[in-house]
Amino acid sequence: MKLFIAPLVLLLAACSADVADPQSTQPPPDEVVVLTHDSFAVSKKVLAEFTEQTGQKVKIVQNGDTGQVVNAAILSAGSPQGDVLFGVDNTFLSRAQKAGVFLDYQAPASASDLAQQAPGVTPIDTGAVCLNYDREYFADRPAPTGPADLVEPQYRDLTVVQNPATSSPGLAFLLSTVSAQPDWQQYWRDLKDNGVKVVDGWDNAYYQQFSGGSGEGTRPIVVSYSTSPAAEVMFAEDPQAPPPTANIDADCFQQVEYAGVLAGARNEAGAKQFVDFMLSRSFQDDIGSQMFVYPVVEGATVPKAFEEYAPEPTDPVVMDPEQIADGRDEWIDQWSAIME
Amino acid sequence: MLVVPVVFLLVMFVVPVAAVFRVGLETGPSQMLEVMGAGRTWQILGFTVLQAVLSTAATMLVALPAAFVLATFRFPGRGLIRALVLVPFVMPTVVVAAAFLALIGPTGALGVDLSGSVWGLVLAHMFLNIAVVIRVVGSVLATMDPRLEEAARVLGASRWTAWRRVTWPLLRPALRASALIVFLFCFTSFGVVQVLGAGQLRTLEVEIYRQTAYLLDLPAAAALSLLQLLAVVAMLAVVGNSGGARTGNAVDVARAPVGWRQRGGVAAVVVLTVVVVLAPLAIIVVRSLMIDGRLTTVGWQMLFSQGDSTNAVDPFSAVLASLRTAGGATLLAMLVGGMAAFGLAFRGRGGWLRSVDALMLLPLGTSAVTVGLGMLLAFGRPPLDLRNTGLLIVLAQALVAIPFVVRVLAPALSGFDRRYLDAAAVLGRSPVRALAGVAVPLLLPAVVVAAGFAFAVTIGEFGATVFLASPADPTLPVAISRLLARPGEVTVAAAYAASAVLMLITAAVVVGMDRVRLSRAVAF
Repeated sequence: MKLFIAPLVLLLAACSADVADPQSTQPPPDEVVVLTHDSFAVSKKVLAEFTEQTGQKVKIVQNGDTGQVVNAAILSAGSPQGDVLFGVDNTFLSRAQKAGVFLDYQAPASASDLAQQAPGVTPIDTGAVCLNYDREYFADRPAPTGPADLVEPQYRDLTVVQNPATSSPGLAFLLSTVSAQPDWQQYWRDLKDNGVKVVDGWDNAYYQQFSGGSGEGTRPIVVSYSTSPAAEVMFAEDPQAPPPTANIDADCFQQVEYAGVLAGARNEAGAKQFVDFMLSRSFQDDIGSQMFVYPVVEGATVPKAFEEYAPEPTDPVVMDPEQIADGRDEWIDQWSAIME
Repeated sequence: MLVVPVVFLLVMFVVPVAAVFRVGLETGPSQMLEVMGAGRTWQILGFTVLQAVLSTAATMLVALPAAFVLATFRFPGRGLIRALVLVPFVMPTVVVAAAFLALIGPTGALGVDLSGSVWGLVLAHMFLNIAVVIRVVGSVLATMDPRLEEAARVLGASRWTAWRRVTWPLLRPALRASALIVFLFCFTSFGVVQVLGAGQLRTLEVEIYRQTAYLLDLPAAAALSLLQLLAVVAMLAVVGNSGGARTGNAVDVARAPVGWRQRGGVAAVVVLTVVVVLAPLAIIVVRSLMIDGRLTTVGWQMLFSQGDSTNAVDPFSAVLASLRTAGGATLLAMLVGGMAAFGLAFRGRGGWLRSVDALMLLPLGTSAVTVGLGMLLAFGRPPLDLRNTGLLIVLAQALVAIPFVVRVLAPALSGFDRRYLDAAAVLGRSPVRALAGVAVPLLLPAVVVAAGFAFAVTIGEFGATVFLASPADPTLPVAISRLLARPGEVTVAAAYAASAVLMLITAAVVVGMDRVRLSRAVAF
């Protein structure tokens, strides 16, 4: 039997040496481990700057979408898998903070109102969930001017949204209706009667149901991000061509992404340095083109396509993380009862 | 021999799953009961079983003629088709689902919208799992000695009787094993249901994902996982487990088709199989090269030059990372699964052995989300903190691959006649040389099929490895999902290009393995 166990042990050892970074289990204090979602991106050049300034290397560990990353952090609160968590947003923040995921730390440079709403973490960027529409479809007929229009007969069977119980833009859109519609439950009943389509995730809604841009579907109105039209332009075969989609600047829901130092971090000092660095000009200037969100620091540069096709929404729906935490489960249940 | 696989399963599967149940019981026992008693839960369970049964039936229907033709007849391009059928199996389900939507979605090429209906799921599941039946059943058919049936005919049996009394009993275990695996795969299918279900179809797996990864409702997740486990155990108890199939020798018994009827039959089945398998794959390649109906390589260019971003994936290193993870998991699965098969094949089939056999199958019927969550709960604290190492991914992948290895190897091993070894010993071969010279060539076909499956399962990264951090270098499936995270026609084309790379690599590895197997078999 030993004969068979020995190669197994060897193999396990080989795999771990091969696949894993041996430093990860016991990181030396000169490495900051950043836990984040799959959409996180930053220029390598910018990270190198941080290493130059502080002598700290950065290791990025990406692990699914925001919900998965935050929930994994909650399940390992106190014994975290890294030092910094970036990407928790205002819909998840409260849950994470109540579970004791974060050490109380806010970068000194945080200045905005957003920072006051979220003590203990540092706002890094904002995004907005808005309605997008297919410009070609609406070339010769009026496009909707906001979510309220979608219940009109002329927009029957044209809209696709995401399930708020499984999708973060879906939840954001639900929250925007809760906040902006006079009777949000009646609004959804009307939307349902008007043939709205609900799918599980953003990918499916945008690529498979939406007819505009890189979408392959039949519905010309979709819940997406305010920057999606800019991405459509920047990643088009011909970046000079007019944008195939546009967003509707009405009742957009503001998503705020925060960075926090994890309670029990092995490299707490490095973690704080990295959170501070995320508010530096070089990092903030990089955010727009890398992650298609808006930097929180005023005056930070964004890609040119943003200015033309994806300006920051003028009057977004802003909800307090505490308020979201109190209401979300009940709203999702009520929504499910209406839609199923 | 069985100790190692049993311990492996206990530590890597039973402990994590038990951790999920424990947390559920600790945090909300009454809530668990409530979820298990809810009518909606049973509705979801009912639909899950229904779609899995339909999918399994459809898969068998299409795959069996193909398995028969590929195993029985020799014709040009046979090796290629054998490799081709395994390709769908490794495609990330997101890509498969997207390809299917392109065929049978709202603007599908075939003109019918099957998204949101159970038939869309059934078609996609059939496409994904056809390889399981073709290769598992095919490995038995290919080595079945035609003289057995001929002998029966000579002794006066009618063609039907000969088939029923000789061929069918030899075939039945492989049929049952492959149907069981297909059923379990469809039972726990995730990506296909999410995309093709269009938000209207709910299965247990999708519901577990929702409760765990999104709502973090651990009692509900535990209750649903428990229900899933009980359903699988009940199914195994009713259907029973595969017995030992007797395979013959490893000589390729395929022959050229004779006469226009055989040739026509072979051609018809081959064409049908190629169309079923190739149509969605072809769509992926076409999409990587077409934007707005024009031919362009910008997607491929983008794939190979993603710029100075931490999120950029170099396709070469992604390929290497995929091969490394899949290679490690395949080796592990072959080793552990091989030991299990060996133990099961030579120890008879007593009561407790049968439960060991069933235990090996359980990971296939269990939500990847449950396993991932359980691993995080069980191995997330010192002294055994394996998170961030990437090792958990390798272990989780091996867990899914082991049932395939056992299912393919156990019948081959139990069909292996030990008297060959005795004969070699009598003729003066040392035990090692007897094993190398006699047993290895005889068992090689099964070993290659098993390894091919293990590789395919692991390179496609089956099951959402939710909660398990990826290894430092992103693999191809990770690269694909990152590309699809932002809109833009070029990024979409690049994602399809990355899928095409994954397809090519799989096909190359499988063709290579088949070559080894055939050349060795012929040499013997």
